[in-house]
Amino acid sequence: MTPVPPAPGDGIPAGSGKRLHPLTPWRRAWAPLAGLFAVVAQNADQLRTWTASLGTGRSLALVATVLVCASGYGWLSWRVTRYLVTDTELRIRTGLLFRRSAHLRLDRIQSVDITRPLLARALGVAKLKMDVVGSGSADELAFLDENEARDLRAELLARAAGIAPEAAPTAGEAPARALYRVRTEDLAWALALLGSAWGFLLGALVLAPLVWVATGSLFAALVVVLPMLAAVWRGSLGAFLTQYGWTVSESPDGLRLDHGLLQRDHATVPPGRVQSVRIVEPLLWRARGWVRVELEVAGAGNESGLLLPVAPRAVAGALIGRILPAVDLEQALASVHRAPRRARWAVPVWRVGYGHGVTDAVFVARQGRLRLRHTLVPHAKVQSVRLTQGPWARKLRLAHIHVDHGANGTATARLQDADHATREVAAQATRSRLSRRRATPERWLTGPPAAPEATDGTNDTA
Amino acid sequence: MDTVAQGPAPDGGSEAAGGERWRAIEPGLLRMRRLLLVLWLGPPALAAAVLPPLFTDGLWSLLAVPPVAVAAGSWPALGRNWRSWRYLERDDDLLISRGVLWRQLTVVPYGRMQLVEVTSGPLERRFGLARLQLHPAAAAPDATVPGLAPAEAERLRDRLTELGEARSAGL
Repeated sequence: MTPVPPAPGDGIPAGSGKRLHPLTPWRRAWAPLAGLFAVVAQNADQLRTWTASLGTGRSLALVATVLVCASGYGWLSWRVTRYLVTDTELRIRTGLLFRRSAHLRLDRIQSVDITRPLLARALGVAKLKMDVVGSGSADELAFLDENEARDLRAELLARAAGIAPEAAPTAGEAPARALYRVRTEDLAWALALLGSAWGFLLGALVLAPLVWVATGSLFAALVVVLPMLAAVWRGSLGAFLTQYGWTVSESPDGLRLDHGLLQRDHATVPPGRVQSVRIVEPLLWRARGWVRVELEVAGAGNESGLLLPVAPRAVAGALIGRILPAVDLEQALASVHRAPRRARWAVPVWRVGYGHGVTDAVFVARQGRLRLRHTLVPHAKVQSVRLTQGPWARKLRLAHIHVDHGANGTATARLQDADHATREVAAQATRSRLSRRRATPERWLTGPPAAPEATDGTNDTA
Repeated sequence: MDTVAQGPAPDGGSEAAGGERWRAIEPGLLRMRRLLLVLWLGPPALAAAVLPPLFTDGLWSLLAVPPVAVAAGSWPALGRNWRSWRYLERDDDLLISRGVLWRQLTVVPYGRMQLVEVTSGPLERRFGLARLQLHPAAAAPDATVPGLAPAEAERLRDRLTELGEARSAGL
């Protein structure tokens, strides 16, 4: 593919750009069929009268027409969907009736995800999604040929990294080095030691007979219990299936996450995109020294936000040191001090969990009693700092510190001493300003920032 | 730096080092809010006071008491709330302080500003007011300064955009 100069308007000149995989139309063909089926299922008693009045032949013809229309629409929308990679953008044009063209800026990539659901794996196709701030689910390329998806990801990342445009299409995949792979045994134990799934299971087991006895209707019991069972599934077997074989590897393009038993998922998070890291320690994991690490990037990418489903604390610390080089996890956790004792008059038992600390690199907020959560926000990623104080907290000379980061999230240090908090807000603003100047450039292979203009204007981001 | 620690001075407009000054918002906003208060609560109170003696028992006129009480309570509260709004431009960030019972102090670095917006509704225009809204990339709420004079709002907008460009940073 030859690089195409940026064109005004639609952005994809006629005859250029690539189409998705020809199997794509079929992913939507099931929707009208499902709709038809739902209508039939809801009116099962009337079905006989309908078929009688229409005649079997005509009913079949009706179904066939629906199918033909659906696949025709699918085929036409596949025909008009094209994508094109330019030096600076990924352009996607789609929509049969309502034309939609998205231009995603490569230097704003927050992550690149490749998803291969079970059926797609069998057919050798994959979904590719590039996250920039403000991109939505409509901006994914589904489906592409597996190899094409891999090449495209490599090309996107190479261009985003600032490799010379001519070399980018053939730069190929950057070599990756596995850092850690979660053992299946550990994962199984970790999920079994989570309280929430057991709690929901217990609730379901207690509630179902109660509702059944009270109402005498099995249906009511099912309605009550089904959501709980869904939660149990998500917390246990579902989580096991998605988190199976969780591998974190490192490459010049950033962090690679591969996981999944049936549906294989892959995510690449380029360097310097991590807005915040959360260390979660459920109660029953603490004896084993296990933690879960979640990370937030701007944009919708990496939906679960997981970096590591379960790992020993030392491993988590080493890994965090890789993605946020200046951060020493142990030092960050050690810097946390508790909310003052008088905070118990505001929040009695849970006060013990509240804490706050600062190191040279990160702002740390702690909360939770059974499930201890540390939120780490690098100073350079802080978007704004707030101090809030309610009437009761003011009586107790306490205040909350909120630190907003770029992933629409907030780290909150609750119930800190008011004077300390006021000083802390001022100091945090300064720290953020200073460390932003040292931040890595958006195009991470182009070298260190030369001047304040190392990154071009943010004002046009989504 | 110390300007944050000191917080807004009670009398407003305290001169800090380097010519930085907490600024108050326009009195027009207070007038407008009080007018709105009267417009919303006046007619129901009047109706509740006047109509019952004409048609039924005069005792029902007591229904006028709650709206009047709310208005009487809100009148000084609006004043306190208006006085609590302050903003301070510093070299690198904008501080907004507000709230009486629930206090809030927001620090928005200029380099983080994605969009600066000045809005002004029809009623606000009558009172010569404009509202400055700051949109950082994060969904931080309340980065808003209401009740600015339009010229001041535009000056701030231009200054913030200019400084934002000079200090801009990636996400």
